[in-house]
Amino acid sequence: MTQIDVAQASRRNGHVVEEKAPTEPGRRPSLLRSALDRVAAAAVRRIPKADLDERDPDFIRERLPLLWLAATIWYRAEVRGLGNIPDDGAVLLVGNHSGGNMTPDTLVFTLAFNAYFGAERAFYQLAHNLVLSMPWLADLRRFGTVAASPENAHKALEAGAALLVYPGGDYEVHRPSWKANRVDFGGRKGFIRQALENDVPLVPVVSIGGQETALFLTRGEGLARLLRLDRMFRLKVLPISLSLPWGVNVGDMLGHLPLPAKITIEVMPAINLREEFGEDPDVDEIYDRITRAMQDTLDALAAERRLPVLG
Amino acid sequence: MRVSASTRIKAPIETVWEIATDPTAALTFMSGVTRWELASEPDRGLGARYRMLMRIGSAEVGGLIEIVEWRPPYDFAWHSVTGLDQRGRFRLRTESEGRTKAEFRLAYGVAGSGLSGWIAERVAAPGMRSHLERSMRQLRRLAEQEHQRSRTAARQSESLSA
Repeated sequence: MTQIDVAQASRRNGHVVEEKAPTEPGRRPSLLRSALDRVAAAAVRRIPKADLDERDPDFIRERLPLLWLAATIWYRAEVRGLGNIPDDGAVLLVGNHSGGNMTPDTLVFTLAFNAYFGAERAFYQLAHNLVLSMPWLADLRRFGTVAASPENAHKALEAGAALLVYPGGDYEVHRPSWKANRVDFGGRKGFIRQALENDVPLVPVVSIGGQETALFLTRGEGLARLLRLDRMFRLKVLPISLSLPWGVNVGDMLGHLPLPAKITIEVMPAINLREEFGEDPDVDEIYDRITRAMQDTLDALAAERRLPVLG
Repeated sequence: MRVSASTRIKAPIETVWEIATDPTAALTFMSGVTRWELASEPDRGLGARYRMLMRIGSAEVGGLIEIVEWRPPYDFAWHSVTGLDQRGRFRLRTESEGRTKAEFRLAYGVAGSGLSGWIAERVAAPGMRSHLERSMRQLRRLAEQEHQRSRTAARQSESLSA
C-alpha cells in the first residue's frame, strides 16, 4: 500500500493525513520503507470508527470491582470534588494526563465517575487512534473509549454525554518525571473550541501521582521526528523510561507495571465559557486562564505530598 | 457480602425510630455517607426513594435505593434500584422500659463481577463494618440526647403548670 492509499484510508476513517508525493516512477522503495508502509497501513486500517453504542454499562458495572481494587489497594487513590460535575447532561471534562501508556489517572477517574453517577450515565473518553487499534485493548471501547477526533468529540457531546479529554495527550503523558507537577497541553486548544461549539460546561480535572509510577526520562520528540512516526502513526513522541519489568522501556507500546504511587484527583468547579469570557471569547485567553487555574490546583496537590510514590 | 452492627440505646423505641427513619438525619448519624437525597414522594415510608452514596476505599459508591419494608416502629428495609447492589435493614426491638436494641444490617455486591467482585466485597468488608458500627454509636448518641431533651422539657412543663 502506497502513502496515498494510507492517506485515503485515514480520510475514510475521518482523520486528515498529509498527503505525500508518490514514489518517483521507475524507482522502487527500499525494503525498510516498504515494511514501514505496510505497518502504518495496518495501523490505519485497524482504527475503529466511533460507535457510541459500543459503550456497555453492564460490562462497566461488572468491571468496577476490579477497578476499585486497583484504585484502592495499588494506588490508594483519592478523588475529590465530583459534586462539581453537573448531575446530568453533556459536559466536557478536561484533564492533565500522566503515567505513560498505563494512564492510572484515567483508571481512577473512570472508577470514581461510574461509581458516583452510575454506569448508566453516558461517559466517553477520547484516546489516541493507536491505543484503540491494539487488539488486547479492545475492551476499552466497552468502557466508552473512542478515537480522538473533533468529529467523535462532537458526536459524544451532541448525544448529551460526559466526555473526558486529555489535550496534552501523548505529549503530556510521557513528560519526564521531574516535570511531573506541570500542566502541559503543548498549546493544544481544540478542547476549548469543542466546548464553545457544543455550548457545554467545561470541568477541569487535575491529577497527581501518575508520573511517579515509573521513571520517565524523555518524550523522545526528536527520535519520533527522525523515524517519521508523526506522519505514519500520528505520534509526536517516542518515549524512553525506566519501568518494570522491562528496565529500559522504549515507546511503552507494551505498557509496564506501574509503581503503586498515590493518585489524587481534584475536580474543579464547572466553567461556562460564554458566561465567564463573553459571547465571542478569545480562545488564547481561555487557554491561559484554564491552564493557570489547573496549575494552581496541581501546585496545591503537590504541596500535600511528602514523598514520591508514597504520597 | 453481609455486614452488621448493633447497639443498645437508653431511649424508647419510638424516639429511635423517628431518628433512624428521618431522611434529614441520615447524613448526621450514618458514617461514611456522603449523599442521602430524597428522589421521590413520599419522603419516608414504603416506596420512598433516596439517592445515596457512601465512601468506601477510593470511590463513593451507592445509587438509588427504595424502601421496600416499613413496619413502624420495628423494621424498615431498602434495596437498590440502580448502582451498587445492596439491601439494608434497620431492626429495632424494645429490651425493657425506655431501652431499645438497634441493629443495622447491610448486604452488598455487584452481580456478575466474578472473582474480582468476590475479592472486592471481602476487601471492603472491614471498612463497611466500621461505618456501620460508627453509625450505630452516633444513632445511640442522638437518640439518647433527644430522649434526655424530651424528659427535661416534660419536667419543666410540669413544674411550670404546678
